[in-house]
Amino acid sequence: MRPPAQPRSSGARLVVLVPLLWLACFFLLPALIVLKISLSQPAVAQPPYAPTLDLAAGWAGLKEFLAGLSFDNYVLLATDPLYVGSYLKSLKVAALSTLALLAVGYPLAYAMARAPRRLQGFLLLLVILPFWTAFLIRIYAWMTILQRDGLLNQALLALGIIDTPVTWLASDTAVYIGIVYSYLPFIVLPIYASLERIDPTLLEAAADLGCTPTQAFWRVTVPLSLPGVMAGATICFIPIVGEFVVPDLLGSSATMMIGQTLWAEFFANRDWPLAAAVAIVMLVLLIAPLVLYEHLQARFMASER
Amino acid sequence: MHKGLSATTATALALGMAFLYLPILVLVVYSFNASRLVTVWGGWSTRWYAALLEDAALIEAASISLRVAALSATVATVLGTLAAVALVRFGRFRGRLVLSALVYAPIVMPEVITGLSLLLLFVAVNIDRGFWTVTISHTTLTMCFVVLIVQSRLVRFDMSLEEAAMDLGCPPLRTFLTITLPLIWPAVASAWLLAFTLSLDDLVIASFTTGPGATTLPIRIYSDVRLGVKPEINAVCTLMIATVAAALILTSLVTKGADARRR
Repeated sequence: MRPPAQPRSSGARLVVLVPLLWLACFFLLPALIVLKISLSQPAVAQPPYAPTLDLAAGWAGLKEFLAGLSFDNYVLLATDPLYVGSYLKSLKVAALSTLALLAVGYPLAYAMARAPRRLQGFLLLLVILPFWTAFLIRIYAWMTILQRDGLLNQALLALGIIDTPVTWLASDTAVYIGIVYSYLPFIVLPIYASLERIDPTLLEAAADLGCTPTQAFWRVTVPLSLPGVMAGATICFIPIVGEFVVPDLLGSSATMMIGQTLWAEFFANRDWPLAAAVAIVMLVLLIAPLVLYEHLQARFMASER
Repeated sequence: MHKGLSATTATALALGMAFLYLPILVLVVYSFNASRLVTVWGGWSTRWYAALLEDAALIEAASISLRVAALSATVATVLGTLAAVALVRFGRFRGRLVLSALVYAPIVMPEVITGLSLLLLFVAVNIDRGFWTVTISHTTLTMCFVVLIVQSRLVRFDMSLEEAAMDLGCPPLRTFLTITLPLIWPAVASAWLLAFTLSLDDLVIASFTTGPGATTLPIRIYSDVRLGVKPEINAVCTLMIATVAAALILTSLVTKGADARRR
């Protein structure tokens, strides 16, 4: 075991404190401000919410400020079908696209793990590379393909599969395609990592004991790759719930996902307190999978050792 | 679990790679399309690239984006490397759990929430929004990715070199600069590059935290894209892809050279 360096020295303390303070100021503190503003009301003022905390007024100011806070925004979110529908839609899209990602990503990761060893590094690079291309650009690329006179319809018409052009854009199908496309590397990498670590002698043992390759796959490979599957699914599910760009550019405006609702409340309606409440509820909905992810991460680290 | 390349494996790989790369290829090819209609092929042409040069607002947006990305990536690399060293080298110290939670949370946090919360912070402390607020926001997000990359390199290399230097009386800062940093250099370089691309790429957080006079390239592209597909946009996107590809190749050459020299 390595001896820990001396974090007591002033230099070492700085190494910890500088990034810690930065994240506390620009991540933790903003989250608390969101919580505070979610309990305020919109106002025609600058900034557009009330009450604002007046520190100069001292104790009386704080009391007045606390009296002005209310849970009205949360009541509205829980009772208005517009917001409830938006949350449900986000969870549905996130769940279905995570399943779709598994359906596309698992075979790809499996094929990568089965490819000759010398090819694997190159294949890994090929899967990671698109991640370096801007998200916006990758979604824009699909707009060209999916639009009414786009390449997909042209191809399908030429092959005689359809007679009239299909409307792909502004539909849920387009949103699923866009999400699966942009999140694919995030699900392939953890699954590949867990598949690649499986000891090949386990599969030989299964074969010796009379397992067919299919049985061995379901009884040995799949259970052993589950940590990778769970990690990948969590990494994808959480940001997809709050996704804005994909549904905004490829989806229909019929039912908005919650990221779009937050955006609209903020930019179009200028109701900052309601937007803040939307964000807080979204966070609470996501904390469960986050905790699960941390737990899996810890187990994964433990199994590494 | 690897034998030769079987037919099923090869098919799955080919389909997967086609799915990943065809859309980007289509975008690049159509940026050289002579026709204004994005879906009709009118022969090869570079007219959309020429049109970009006339678009002063677009060039301004690109220059802002590049400056924000370079500055935020540099600060993020410094902060992220410090945090990675603390997490890997300091064992169990007070605040370790808080630091690691604060590093992982922004990575999975939906961008709309990060953007909104940073904006509300800037409003609360009454800072003028613009170039600096976007830079601070991007630094906060990208430093967490820097930590991941530098951390994975730090855990893999041998502590004994640092210990030897310290035993011989080298002060910690000097040890870091002369032993640790050269060893983790490739990871630091690719972390900077990832931070740079993430910043160049970001639409949502920048939209919340920007102000007048600081329209970044993604914000500009987004407002055009909402109105439909335009060949000029294909040209801009192709240039962005080319920039990142060139930077990637450069980094891999530099880090390969560094690794080769060590051997």
